[in-house]
Amino acid sequence: MSQKVLLNATEVHIALHRLACQLIENHDTFSNTVLIGIQPRGVFLAERLKTLLQKEYGVKDIRLGYLDITFYRDDFRRSGKPLEANKTKIDFIVEDKKVVFIDDVLYTGRSIRSALTAIQSFGRPLEIELLTLIDRRFSRHLPIQPDYRGRQVDAIGGEKVKVCWKENEGEDAVYLVEK
Amino acid sequence: MSELSVKHLLGIKYITEDDIQLIFETADHFKEVINRPIKKVPSLRDITIANLFFENSTRTRLSFELAEKRLSADVVNFSAGSSSVKKGETLIDTVNNILSMKVDMVVMRHPNPGAGVFLSKHVDASIVNAGDGAHEHPTQALLDCYSIREKLGDVSGKKVVIVGDILHSRVALSNIFALQKLGATVKVCGPKTLIPKYIEQLGVGFESNLKKALQWCDVANMLRVQNERMDISYFPSTREYTQQFGLNRQLLDALDKEIVVMHPGPINRGVEITSDVADSKQAIILDQVQNGVAVRMAVLYLLASKIQHNED
Repeated sequence: MSQKVLLNATEVHIALHRLACQLIENHDTFSNTVLIGIQPRGVFLAERLKTLLQKEYGVKDIRLGYLDITFYRDDFRRSGKPLEANKTKIDFIVEDKKVVFIDDVLYTGRSIRSALTAIQSFGRPLEIELLTLIDRRFSRHLPIQPDYRGRQVDAIGGEKVKVCWKENEGEDAVYLVEK
Repeated sequence: MSELSVKHLLGIKYITEDDIQLIFETADHFKEVINRPIKKVPSLRDITIANLFFENSTRTRLSFELAEKRLSADVVNFSAGSSSVKKGETLIDTVNNILSMKVDMVVMRHPNPGAGVFLSKHVDASIVNAGDGAHEHPTQALLDCYSIREKLGDVSGKKVVIVGDILHSRVALSNIFALQKLGATVKVCGPKTLIPKYIEQLGVGFESNLKKALQWCDVANMLRVQNERMDISYFPSTREYTQQFGLNRQLLDALDKEIVVMHPGPINRGVEITSDVADSKQAIILDQVQNGVAVRMAVLYLLASKIQHNED
């Protein structure tokens, strides 16, 4: 199994800052905006962006929730192994709010399709945007595109994009892994 | 561990501690789901479930039906009173007829012990036992233990006394198995005539004095006197039963600690438990009912994930 570095720590750092700035451009003080990290891997990116926005850019109130999409997935009983749920933690109503979905990698688009259904249980959002650190081109199964992307990559079916975070894997980096 | 070790839920006897823990963890997620503004998830949208009730039930049946609907399953209901069972059809025939209409899971309550086990050997569908005679009522035991875990943090190491009609109670037997698998100590308390002869072989203690039993325990599970199952007199009068084994405020106030009071319902107010106790903060009777839906959702979800998906 060989792996190639797509983004090193510095490049991840730059991408995060750029994404934070783009969010501020569109959402200003975040008074009517909520961030939603998609479980399980999107929450690390979401937490990072929240900290960055608060500490480096002085945005005061940022509401962040975690959304688990397990029960909304379209591959229940079709994938080999059973689907295990994670915690959903949304202690606000998204009715008439601008929602930003945050996930680490956008691949087929099916997770986001599930998330679009799942979020309806918490109200009718004014609009929904999608932020992703890595956008895998040419691999979409559904007409879903990100509004904010860290880096666009070309990866073929047999390859996997692995996003590592300092708090979990000990380093900030993105790898392309051949299976 | 993310998969049950069984294809059917026939009784607590047949599942492992890991299975129970997995059901609880999954139920935690469903409890969050049923407290949302929209309480429904689409997981089981391509599953059809038949609720076969060969015996009366209000709570269990409603709870299962709600759980199924909140998972978006298609549901068909059947009760023996208005069916061909009265015309002499056998259990396997009845169920096979229903299954030929493409039903994936069967939730069944039956007056005969072992009906679920018997059926599981003869049909393809996944079977959930919703009570079989005086044998087992696994989902009730799961929701009872889940409620104890929620109230006290853990089931392991806790002392639980089950009071009342143990002889006719499937709730008692399933509870004993579940509590022991989760590491709790169990005693039973009630008139000697309503205690099974070989109860001690299950590793369960017996206490004939309710006051002593309450002083010993952390949780008291008060069972209903099942008059409909009693063909002979097991105690002289209801009044005498209440005097010896009824739970009231004075008894609870006399203890030097606060215990948790449970009841699987339906309550005979003034017989096994007085109204002021049943409605007090110590009683978690309505939490049990709410948790019942989440626990049943977890059971159905986990069993459904083991059903092979067919393209046709």
